[in-house]
Amino acid sequence: MNDDQNINQDGSGWAYSDKVKEHFFDPKNLLKEDPETYKADGVGYVGSPACGDMMKMWIKVDPIMDSIAECKWRTFGCASAIASTSVLSEMVTENGGMEIDKALRIRPQDIVDRLSGLPDRKIHCSVLGDKALRAAINDYFRKSKQEHRIIKDEAKVVCKCMDVTDHEIEDAVLEGKLTYEEVQQKTKCGTACGACKPRVEKLIEQYKLQYFGE
Amino acid sequence: MENNIYLDHAATTPIDPRVYEAMQPYFTEKFGNPSSIYQTGQIARNAIERARLEVANILGALPDEIIFVAGGTESDNLAIFGVARANQHKGKHIITSKIEHHAVLHPCEQLEKEGFEVTYIPVEKNGIVDPEKVKNAMRDDTILVSIMYANNEVGTIQPIAKIGRTCKKRGIPFHTDACQASGALPLNVDKLHLDLMTINGSKMYGPKGIGVLYIRKGTAIKPIMFGGEQEKKMRPGTENVPGIIGFAKALQLAEESREKESVRLCDLRDYMIREILTRIPKVELNGDLIQRLPNNVNVSVLEIEGEALLLRLDMKGISASSGSACTSGSLDPSHVILALGKTHFVAHGSIRFSLGKSTTKKDIDYVLDILPKIVDDLRAISPITI
Repeated sequence: MNDDQNINQDGSGWAYSDKVKEHFFDPKNLLKEDPETYKADGVGYVGSPACGDMMKMWIKVDPIMDSIAECKWRTFGCASAIASTSVLSEMVTENGGMEIDKALRIRPQDIVDRLSGLPDRKIHCSVLGDKALRAAINDYFRKSKQEHRIIKDEAKVVCKCMDVTDHEIEDAVLEGKLTYEEVQQKTKCGTACGACKPRVEKLIEQYKLQYFGE
Repeated sequence: MENNIYLDHAATTPIDPRVYEAMQPYFTEKFGNPSSIYQTGQIARNAIERARLEVANILGALPDEIIFVAGGTESDNLAIFGVARANQHKGKHIITSKIEHHAVLHPCEQLEKEGFEVTYIPVEKNGIVDPEKVKNAMRDDTILVSIMYANNEVGTIQPIAKIGRTCKKRGIPFHTDACQASGALPLNVDKLHLDLMTINGSKMYGPKGIGVLYIRKGTAIKPIMFGGEQEKKMRPGTENVPGIIGFAKALQLAEESREKESVRLCDLRDYMIREILTRIPKVELNGDLIQRLPNNVNVSVLEIEGEALLLRLDMKGISASSGSACTSGSLDPSHVILALGKTHFVAHGSIRFSLGKSTTKKDIDYVLDILPKIVDDLRAISPITI
């Protein structure tokens, strides 16, 4: 074996899979038109430049099949954020377009698998993709008078003393804080009365399983 | 690779062939342990003492004041923990800046956990520490001031002689991390009024894993490692003989070419900065235009993210680095760019090109040709337009 070859396959290094590189260097379904004139059925916008990644997704829906006909996007972020959005847009538009109900069930892990894995520290980049898609689909539901189908993903307060929500705990886990102590240091949850500890620990386990499969 | 343009000399440099040549005998025939009394050992001993003298001469120091350690990080750690522990009976207050390398900041954070108090001096918008602010932060219980000579990310040169003079008047030990300064700036410890100085080999065409801590005679300091008599007990363990020989040779070569090479690099640097700012819209310079290392170009390209930019440049054979969160282990962008008062958004788009001995105008022109196209492509992917 060549000394220069990358042998780091455990997710701790920088190595990107060929699939990530393919989508980063040649992104699929990128919105090239002027966003003002592109006629989308639903638009989703997630993230903020302050936190890092930002993603905008435009979908067109086939109302008869209730499936996604087109999925266009733009992303401000690193290579894995760009590749994640690109591969997601491919997943929902291939084979004539994915049914909306099925598209709503796409999880970050599905995107990571399709990319043949991402380095651990990059897992959070794949999360914005499915959030942006869900936001775009919800926007379509709203515009097409199907409000009953909108999925609400409101943050629930877990730690009442310090006003910490499940979303903040999810973000902490995605940043690699995998123990109660680390999550506590990041979010300050449970630093007052501490009654929320069992609930927080359960959430950490749940998100670890969801994003890292461990 | 068709092109291989290395513009990350602030990360590390290749070993100069003359340095490599000087080191070679000490891996093989002159392999002895300097602590052994027989001839093979004494050959190695003489070599490292000669190296120590050469280093001392360049710094204007005494050979006894030079301690060889395993790199810049270890040197910073020894300076900070060593001085803090030796002086804690006098006080527990330390002054440093917000833009130090993590090799200084993290030891300071650790000391805070151990009951020390640390004042982190902010920098001005141009990335320079105001000596008045350092002076005003000094207290009766201040036992150490540590301000870097030149910043590794944005290249700003700090007024350390001025800060050093104040420390001297107040009798407070003054340490500087000069890892980026060797080969670019004068290193005379008396003129700079230094009590401690960190230099490492791998930024000046010397080997990795070797560095120096200069400790002025009379400075109270305790070791942080134990287990041998080497380096006056300040750095126990069998000496890295080839590393030490390589370090001394590298420092000597860096000093010889310093003035001429600095002039050449300043011209290239200014040309590159000017052309980037002219050819690409929505780009900001990070750091100061004048008080800047000769080899440092650091700009923020707005609307795009640094890691994406680096990978596209890498495809074209160009190596650079970024202060974006995406290139660090954490999710936080560069603390240095943020300390300049810039937003996360600007920090994410920062890119550093650090020039070196091998860099030619042709290399810079190649980058200037490629960069605008890559920026255009990535901006077409970005949803942000400012």
